[in-house]
Amino acid sequence: MTEPRAPRAEALHQRFERVWSNLPGWGTLAAVNHTTVGLRFMATGAVFFLIGGILAMLVRTQLALPEQEIIGPQLYNQAFTMHGTVMMFLFAIPILEGLALYMIPKLIGARDLAFPRISSLGYYCYLFGGLIILSSLFLGVAPDSGWFMYTPLSGAEYTPGPGPDFWLLGITFVEISAMAAGIELTVSILRTRARGMSLRRMPLFCWYILAMALMIVFGFPPLILASILLELERAAGLPFFDVAGGGDPILWQHLFWLFGHPEVYIIFLPAAGIVSTLIPVFSQRPIVGYRWLVLAIIVTGFISFGLWVHHMFTVGIPHLAQAFFSVASMLVAVPTAIQVFAWLATLWLGRVVYSLPMLWILGFLVVFVCGGLTGVMLALVPFNWQVHDTHFVVAHLHYVLVGGMLFPLIAGFYYWLPQLSGRMPSHVLGRWGFWLTFIGFNATFLMMHLTGLLGMPRRVYTYEGGLGWDWLNLLSSVGGFIMAAGIAMIILDITLHFRFGRPAGRNPWNADTLEWAVDAPPTSYNFASLPKLPTRHPLWEQPDLPESIAAGEHGLSSIEHGRRETYGTDAVSGRLREIIHLPGNSWLPLLAALSLAVVCISLLVRAYPAALLGVVGALYFLLRWSWVNGVHPAMAPLVDDEPTDPPLHSRTCDGPGLWGMVITLMANGTLYLSLLFGWFYLWTAAPQWTVPEQRPLDLVPLLGAGVLLTVATWVFNRLVARLRAGESVDLGRGFWGVAMLGAGHVGLLVLVLWNGSLEPTERAHDAVLLVMLIYLLLHGGLCAILTGMQALRVRLGYVGPRLPYEPVVLRPLWIYTLGVFWTAFAAFILLPAAWGSA
Amino acid sequence: MCHVQRVTAPALLGIPVLLAGCTGPYSTLDPAGPAALTAAWLWWAMFGFATLVLLGVVALWLYAMIRDPGAIDEHEARHVQYRWIIGGGLVLPMGSITLLLAFGVPAGHGMLPLGDDDDVLRIHVTGHQWWWEVEYPQAGITRRDELHIPAGVPVDIHLSSADVIHSFWVPRLGGKLDAVPGHVNVLRLQADEAGTYHGQCAEFCGLLHAHMDFAVYAHEPGDFDAWLEDAQGDD
Repeated sequence: MTEPRAPRAEALHQRFERVWSNLPGWGTLAAVNHTTVGLRFMATGAVFFLIGGILAMLVRTQLALPEQEIIGPQLYNQAFTMHGTVMMFLFAIPILEGLALYMIPKLIGARDLAFPRISSLGYYCYLFGGLIILSSLFLGVAPDSGWFMYTPLSGAEYTPGPGPDFWLLGITFVEISAMAAGIELTVSILRTRARGMSLRRMPLFCWYILAMALMIVFGFPPLILASILLELERAAGLPFFDVAGGGDPILWQHLFWLFGHPEVYIIFLPAAGIVSTLIPVFSQRPIVGYRWLVLAIIVTGFISFGLWVHHMFTVGIPHLAQAFFSVASMLVAVPTAIQVFAWLATLWLGRVVYSLPMLWILGFLVVFVCGGLTGVMLALVPFNWQVHDTHFVVAHLHYVLVGGMLFPLIAGFYYWLPQLSGRMPSHVLGRWGFWLTFIGFNATFLMMHLTGLLGMPRRVYTYEGGLGWDWLNLLSSVGGFIMAAGIAMIILDITLHFRFGRPAGRNPWNADTLEWAVDAPPTSYNFASLPKLPTRHPLWEQPDLPESIAAGEHGLSSIEHGRRETYGTDAVSGRLREIIHLPGNSWLPLLAALSLAVVCISLLVRAYPAALLGVVGALYFLLRWSWVNGVHPAMAPLVDDEPTDPPLHSRTCDGPGLWGMVITLMANGTLYLSLLFGWFYLWTAAPQWTVPEQRPLDLVPLLGAGVLLTVATWVFNRLVARLRAGESVDLGRGFWGVAMLGAGHVGLLVLVLWNGSLEPTERAHDAVLLVMLIYLLLHGGLCAILTGMQALRVRLGYVGPRLPYEPVVLRPLWIYTLGVFWTAFAAFILLPAAWGSA
Repeated sequence: MCHVQRVTAPALLGIPVLLAGCTGPYSTLDPAGPAALTAAWLWWAMFGFATLVLLGVVALWLYAMIRDPGAIDEHEARHVQYRWIIGGGLVLPMGSITLLLAFGVPAGHGMLPLGDDDDVLRIHVTGHQWWWEVEYPQAGITRRDELHIPAGVPVDIHLSSADVIHSFWVPRLGGKLDAVPGHVNVLRLQADEAGTYHGQCAEFCGLLHAHMDFAVYAHEPGDFDAWLEDAQGDD
């Protein structure tokens, strides 16, 4: 553990703790601190990992011998579906998000993330959503159509029970946490780095997390949209994926894999970031080819959005498209190879220190390279036609995910454990854990490639004896249990080390990055003073940094004002721009998440009035949340000794809020584009697509709604422009006017909907149109409400000429809403009219 | 022993365990038609190449970890960086992909149902939960879970589904193709010799997915015509 602090540092510590610590007792549920929330994410993820592992054991027990009926097809189908679902959505992504939430501020020299309450909301959505999904298992109605929920099998006709509803609603609920983390991490990495940490001085791990966060922002919306559409089909009969109603089941596959493939890299990139962090430390030299690696990360991010069709080579899509996606899938090997060889070159030039984390990195290399190579094989279409949907694919995906994610993750845990606990893990237990896991894993999955080549399809609950699969399956099952023993050993090691591990001292691995300047166990505020970091290797170049930070010798060491503060810096150069004041402990995230859980559960049991109540509750708490901001007395009220150089962020025009809004709208825009994709896809590809003979919507009120929205946006823009220019305007009256125009827009949209002749349960055409209208309605309504709140805040003095921050944040939402309205008008009204069919 | 040995020389790869164990009624490594043969051939080539790459990369890593780097100046370090990153990170994967596509694309093209549609026997297969409906449109015959085809010539299977998505797969004859409701996909298959081949559903389709298997009987051309006449008489 860290040595006792010097007296001056101790006094400073006490003062910081008063402002930054979590509430005692139950109050800890109101914690928003990134260290606390990150740890909760990781601990919860670890529990889900064990549950997913137990499900895998069930699967392997059932398959150990031919023609067994230990659990039977009903339970088996639930077990493999839940295994995939839990491992992907409740373990892999959340635990990596948790690691990133925990680590990023410490690495970039910040005290917390940019939006602490959003971290907390994300955690509770994850926890409640995970519990809801898991409860289906105990109720015996777990989803059983595979973790990618292909329609029509997952539709109401072939799965009438609630299983898919648990999946669709629960996963969508959980994905709120992924979106929250994606937005929060992007903004934090771009806007809260230490002074002087320009992008090219940023630790590689931050580059990886930035890529992951942006990929979440663009990757998850297609899945969220698809889940909403399928749930609407199941609950209300809107036929998006039903051939007879003009839908197409293949649309589900496109939307799912449009998310699903980036998802693999969302999982792999942070893990590769761990590897890129550990290898230089254990080679005791800077990483070789920093720029190459950054380039490789960015290229991986882009390519990963262009290869989803390689999951669909046997669906019967045009061959030219297959060739394109085949080449794209292989090309992703290039940035991956660049990383592998940059790591190799670093080891080559360094003097390698042998340690437990390095053992796991070595295991990662063997397993991951093997998985990468079978991945290239699978990208070759004629070979894919043979092994697709067989155990070859099961083996491949476990090599990639376990090798590419779990192994580096465990390496990272062992590496950062002394940072968390101040103690070192045991060598003996740790080695046993590694070798049992490594051997068990390979015993399970190496020969499983052959099982697939010998023709065993995936997802069969049993098989005949004598097909050549018997000994292979037995081997896999035995291997699975060996691996389980290895995992148990690791858990034992980590548990025991908290009590018996020998004290680690500060920076036991002689690492170069700033997280090792934080106390172990970490303080709630990370750094008592915020240093300038004009280097990529702060602790190698300034070994006394931890002491000078704790002694308050750097920036922002004053805490008497009682605000939680960290620096806001320029996204590229790392130049100081403002002081970001952060919210403290808050119950609002928990209350909002609880309301959303009520919505989720009510929809599951189809108790719609209760769901409506939940929506109202969630809306209330979220609006209350946005109310307690800026100069609100509970946040950062105006005081006489306001800092001016730099100013507090809520007194500026370009704080993290604006960045958060823009990133959120990017995610939102991706959801919208996915819906447009669905519209055009169904129009061109659905086998029984029909268009109503009469245009189902009145043109005049729709155009009227558009005109009102355009005027409202224009006026709002003018007001904000004059506010920013410092001109005096009657803001209050202006905002009221804009809110009224927005309300008029919403009213006209409701009229269009009311008078329209949509038959959404009869035709996919009308169903998509309905969803689009509701989307526009929600956006118009949100704009109007938020602008009305701004008008109130003007009256209370929270917004005004000295405080232009909030209207500036709101502006992109108006512009976005205007953009989606007219795009929708073009795509849903003009284009069909030009086509001559509406 | 694998039939594919006649074409390549997998024995060179020195994995006797694999070779002894690669026969079986559903084995893709025991091909009995041109499409399956090509796929098996591709597998063995890729397997050999991938094994070399894996062993090479792991050996290099291990050596990099144990070697003593000695004193290195900046210039030398840069040299090492370019050697590994350009050689291993760019040339190796680009070269491998080019090689792979040079063989793979023509191989895939050869499996497609292109040209001379009229001469090829057409069989309509519809997937149901959990059985296969087989129909010979020209002859007006229907069968359940069994296909009869002439050996030595290609046949086109026109696939669709009456309920959920299934996937039609006869591993020893060729790749699989999905049976999707509302769509018709065409799979071209050929059995080189007369005999019985086993097929199964490869796309998870619900409770009894594991039991959705079927048989393909390949007859000598003369025998096939006789079967067709017989069957027409029966129906």
